[in-house]
Amino acid sequence: MAGRGTILLQWMGMAPMDGEMLERVRQEVETTFALPTHLVAVNGPPADSLEPRRGQHSSTKILRWVLTRLPPGVAKVLGITDVDLFIPVLTFVFGEAQVDGPAAVVSTARLRLTYNERPAPPTLLEVRLLKECLHELGHTFGLVHCPNGTCLMSRSNSILEVDQKRAAFCRDCRQRLRKLLEERNGS
Amino acid sequence: MKAKGSILVVDDEEIVRDSLASWLEEDGYHVDTAPDGPAALTKLAQHAYAVLLVDLKMPGMDGLEVLAQARSLQPDVPVIIMTAYATVDTAVQAMKQGAYDYLVKPFEPEELSLMVGKLTNAQALRRENVLLRKALKRQFEFKDLVSKSPKMEAVFDLARTAAKSNSTVLILGESGTGKELLARAIHAESPRQDGPFVGVSCAALTENLLESELFGHEKGAFTGAASSARGKFEIAAGGSLFLDEIGDISPKLQLDLLRVLDAREFRRVGGSQLIKTDVRILAATNRGLKKLVESGAFREDLYYRLNVIPVTLPPLRERKEDIPLLVEHFLAQSRTEMQKPLEGVSAEAMEMLMAHDWPGNVRELRNVLERGAVMARGPIITPMELELALPALLAGATPTDSPDSLRDVERKHIVAMLKQQNWNITRSARALGIDRVTLYNKIKRYQIREDE
Repeated sequence: MAGRGTILLQWMGMAPMDGEMLERVRQEVETTFALPTHLVAVNGPPADSLEPRRGQHSSTKILRWVLTRLPPGVAKVLGITDVDLFIPVLTFVFGEAQVDGPAAVVSTARLRLTYNERPAPPTLLEVRLLKECLHELGHTFGLVHCPNGTCLMSRSNSILEVDQKRAAFCRDCRQRLRKLLEERNGS
Repeated sequence: MKAKGSILVVDDEEIVRDSLASWLEEDGYHVDTAPDGPAALTKLAQHAYAVLLVDLKMPGMDGLEVLAQARSLQPDVPVIIMTAYATVDTAVQAMKQGAYDYLVKPFEPEELSLMVGKLTNAQALRRENVLLRKALKRQFEFKDLVSKSPKMEAVFDLARTAAKSNSTVLILGESGTGKELLARAIHAESPRQDGPFVGVSCAALTENLLESELFGHEKGAFTGAASSARGKFEIAAGGSLFLDEIGDISPKLQLDLLRVLDAREFRRVGGSQLIKTDVRILAATNRGLKKLVESGAFREDLYYRLNVIPVTLPPLRERKEDIPLLVEHFLAQSRTEMQKPLEGVSAEAMEMLMAHDWPGNVRELRNVLERGAVMARGPIITPMELELALPALLAGATPTDSPDSLRDVERKHIVAMLKQQNWNITRSARALGIDRVTLYNKIKRYQIREDE
């Protein structure tokens, strides 16, 4: 797992990891960013990320925790969890990332539900998760939100918006990502 | 990547600052954070923000206080108050103090997204406006003169046409309207642009000194003439000679000047050799030259010799539509000179500038803005920093307790200003909003002495 160009996907859920689904996500991540990508399960999230009053976990605290445990040689770490995430001023977040930084976190909690709060079919959950994983990792490579609503990098404030975007970058973001990856590899 | 706009997050809790900054940075904003009011105000003094997100409840300075002070530094910046305590009172108070809106924690991501998006888009439009204004400004410039008023456009057109010829131009206008700038612009646009531009203030010198200044002198021509010297007519050869305050020259010099203009040759003071001259005369005065002719104080033949192409600069009060353009022009200069992030004047300050009568014309406006730029605590100049009101020096001359005439009041004010500035003429003139020559004239007219 050595080398500065690897991506690490860390499952840190309350439930056991859905290895098959995450393996397919791993392959897509590897293809999209053209970097070796690995999948592991870790014990998490950290206990202090839970805010008992809200029954939610602080994405910022999880992100900090991930950063303190960054394995050597790994360029980007994406924590994937099934707990509901929040930041103090907002009701919830789907995930949080450091723009042009090494870490991001994403949650499946709200991706598991349909609009009428019924469980989403596994195929829908998988495509939603893939979108959010690529989205948050896109931030860590330096991409910011895209005004094109169908682009993977558009901001999603609701599950409807997650479903409305495609599981692909728009042409502009793809070009930008390619440039950012080239700059990164060149440096 | 270029940031979309800058946002300042003010909250005493580190996790709030960090998480909100991270959330906004994903949108491509540049985000600064401050843990308390004083730190926020320091940042506001250094940087212009598109939006401020301020927590209501903070130890020390609370959100409403930050809001009040922020508005004195950047009056146009929209402030969003974040509060966990949704009481109608605080909300009303925040809105009364000029908050753009308030959000009750925790709020929906959508709500914040829309609000910030709307505000930053509005700022982007304002920026675009500024850029368009700058582009427009370039169209309204004639060298260092800026205007979009039809009156000034006509002046520019006339000046551009006059510049191409070799004819004498007579520039008329009140003090501070930019007579010398126009003369320089005409010179710079003329075929003589590679030659020298030489200026003489005719009112600032005594008759003998002015004579020697204009025509030069030979060694021993008068007491103290230890060596011979060239005059401005020689120095300006191949270029333009700007004779400022031409209405103030003595009858003898009027005659001398007339001869030079007619014969295109002259003798140095105390000299016998005739020297050919090749200068283009640009003359200016703030006095009614025609009236001086009628009263016999100015030679009619010289008047007609000078009045070949008369150009009259309108006073600023007759072209107030130029004030915003001039403000932008002078602030751009101050930005460069002072290396300060000045963005403009507040809407209230602009209203004041538009309402003022500007007896000292563009020069007075420039001085007021220069002072504002120095005093400005933030990127936006506020009315307080402009101090358009007259200085306290006039306090003793209120109509109720003084029988003084306007003339007496002016004299008193000049004396006080000269004393305050230790008789430094340049500084006193600047403070009074008039040029040095006008100040010299007034000192002469009012017979003001340094020892009084």
